[in-house]
Order: sequence, then structure tokens, then C-alpha cells
Amino acid sequence: MQTRSKMLKKAFTTAFPYTIPIFAGFWFLGITYGIYMNVSGFSFWYPMLMSITIFAGSIEFVTVNMLLGAFNPLQAFAMTLMINARHLFYGISMLDKFRGVGRKKFYLIFGMCDESFSINYTADIPEDVDRGWFMFFVTLLNHFYWFSGATLGGIFGSLIHFNTEGLEFVMTAMFVVIFMEQWLKEKNHTSSLLGLAISLLCLIAFGADNFIIPAMLAILVVLTMLRRPLETGGAASGNAEKDADGGDAGQCRIDISESGRGGEAQ
Amino acid sequence: MTLTQQIITVAMVVLGTAVTRFLPFLIFPAGKQTPKYVQYLGKVLPAAVFGLLVIYCLKDVSILTGSHGIPELIAILLVIMLHVWKRQMLLSIAGGTVCYMLLVQVVF
Repeated sequence: MQTRSKMLKKAFTTAFPYTIPIFAGFWFLGITYGIYMNVSGFSFWYPMLMSITIFAGSIEFVTVNMLLGAFNPLQAFAMTLMINARHLFYGISMLDKFRGVGRKKFYLIFGMCDESFSINYTADIPEDVDRGWFMFFVTLLNHFYWFSGATLGGIFGSLIHFNTEGLEFVMTAMFVVIFMEQWLKEKNHTSSLLGLAISLLCLIAFGADNFIIPAMLAILVVLTMLRRPLETGGAASGNAEKDADGGDAGQCRIDISESGRGGEAQ
Repeated sequence: MTLTQQIITVAMVVLGTAVTRFLPFLIFPAGKQTPKYVQYLGKVLPAAVFGLLVIYCLKDVSILTGSHGIPELIAILLVIMLHVWKRQMLLSIAGGTVCYMLLVQVVF
């Protein structure tokens, strides 16, 4: 039992620093969401239960409008599939990484929001840390941040008067950093550049509310067409490269854990 | 909407979200060999998806009106510089966010 609790503690302390930016972002967004439900006339039970059971930010905001409109369960289902379709890509990317983690796998898949996926995919988990528990704690902490933020917003929403304008940028900054981490690790940048360029073109062509699905389809088509050059050219090995290339990966891991300890190591 | 209708609506959203998350794992179970094409996608998709997520975060930025996306541009450049310089995730994110908050609250 002693070694098990030690192992869990290690996985938790390794996972926690990665989730600190998400704590800031999820509390901000979660509280905003709770306030939004509050002013839309729902008690705090709604954001509380919805943040636990749905755990997918953007669709939860949309659900508020659905609850205020006419009853249409099929449309609610179809809308959810469209807004959350990007999760399909996350699943395909995590097929291997979630292998062999035991019963935790169910929860890892259930809680695979944008942020959990991004951290669990890019994090360089040290050899002596249990991979499955690391990903479990990342997911659990994110889930907890979102749930507590939404609930607090629902309860105290109307009382908060702190100028948080611009705090939502923490999520943008995090995805820029994650994009850069991927960029610095890969040898061939084709896929990264395609992701940026295709999404931007689709945003301009289809507008903010409708660009995700066309962008996903276009990315899928172009990557499929480029399969032969990318597989022979070595871009597809970007991730395998990362696992093999211990030096570079280790560097980044140390940086993150040091900054996570509040600078006392420096 | 009655309470029952509300519960059904939320349940549909929960179900829809779970479908998008579980589907790949149901189609390609761990016990079976995943098709080579899907393995390839699993390796090249994440880089493109991170690009998509960056654009997704910026989707509501208006270039033609308001502050013309200048605060976003400055803050992102700072994030990139900080990250190239120190490569410490938390520093880059905190620096960029504080810079952005100052820009939108004080400057623009």
C-alpha cells in the first residue's frame, strides 16, 4: 500500500503544474458560465450538474440557449455532435496513449476536453511516473476546476466585481504554447502549418460559428492526400521521434516542473 | 420547458458529447490492430489540431473593428518570444495573459 500511495502522489505532483494555467482559464470561463446561467434564470444546480456531466465548455454555453428555447431533443443531439466533432480527432490521436491504463480509460475518454487532450498528448511524462495515473489526474483536476468554477459562478456570480477583462486570453496563450511545443518537437512542420492555414482560410470563408467542420474535413482530406510524402518524409514520425529523443523531451519536462514549484528551485 | 424536458435536453447533450469522445475507441478497440491509415492520422492530426485550436481561440477577434486584433497580436508575439527564450510553459502563458489584460484594460 505504501508504494501505491507513493506512486499516486508522484503522479499527482507531476500532473498538477501542467494544469495550473487551466485552473486560471477554467475558473474564469466556469465562473462566467455559472453567472450566465444565473442571469438566464437558472439556479446553481444547473451549472453544477451540467459541468460535471457534459464537461465540454462551448456546448454548455449553447445548452443554456437550448434550455431557454423550444423542446427539441434531436436538434440538441445533432448540434452537440457538430460542435464537439473535434473530439473524434482527439480519440484517433489517443488510441495508443490510452492503451493499457486499465479501468481509468473510461474516465480518460469521458473527460477528454480540449485541454486534457492537449496536455495528455504533449506532456513528456517522466519514466518513473505512472502514465495512466498522470493522465487521470490531469483530467480529474481539469474536471474539478471546471465544476467548481461553474458552481461558484452559479452561486456567487452576481457578487463578483473584479476586473477580469482579458483573462480569457489564458486559454489562447496555452494553446499557442502547446502548438509551439509540438512545433519544437517535430522535424516536419507540414501538419502544423496546414492546421493553421486551413483553419484560418475556413474561418474567413465560413465565419466564426461555422468553420470548425469544414476545417476538420479539409485537414482530413489534405493530410490523406499527403500521406505518402509525409510518411516517407518523416513527419508522421514526429511523435515517435519525441519518445526516442530523450534529451530534448527531458529538457522541457524539467523546465515545467521547476516553474511549477514556484521558482524555489531557481 | 418542463423539468423533465430540461433533463432530456441535457441528457442529449451529455450523450452527444460522449459519442464524439468514445466513438474512435469503439470503432478501433485496443485488442485489434488499428488500420495503418488511422495510425497515420493519429500521428499527423494532433499538430494540425493544435493549429486549429489556436485559430478557434481567436475566432471572435475582429480585424476590421474595435482594436483590430492588435492586443491579441502583441500578446501572442510575447508568448512566442518568452517560450523561445525560457521554454517554461507557465511563464509564457502568464506573461502573455498579463500583457493582454493590461492592453485591453489600460491601453485599448
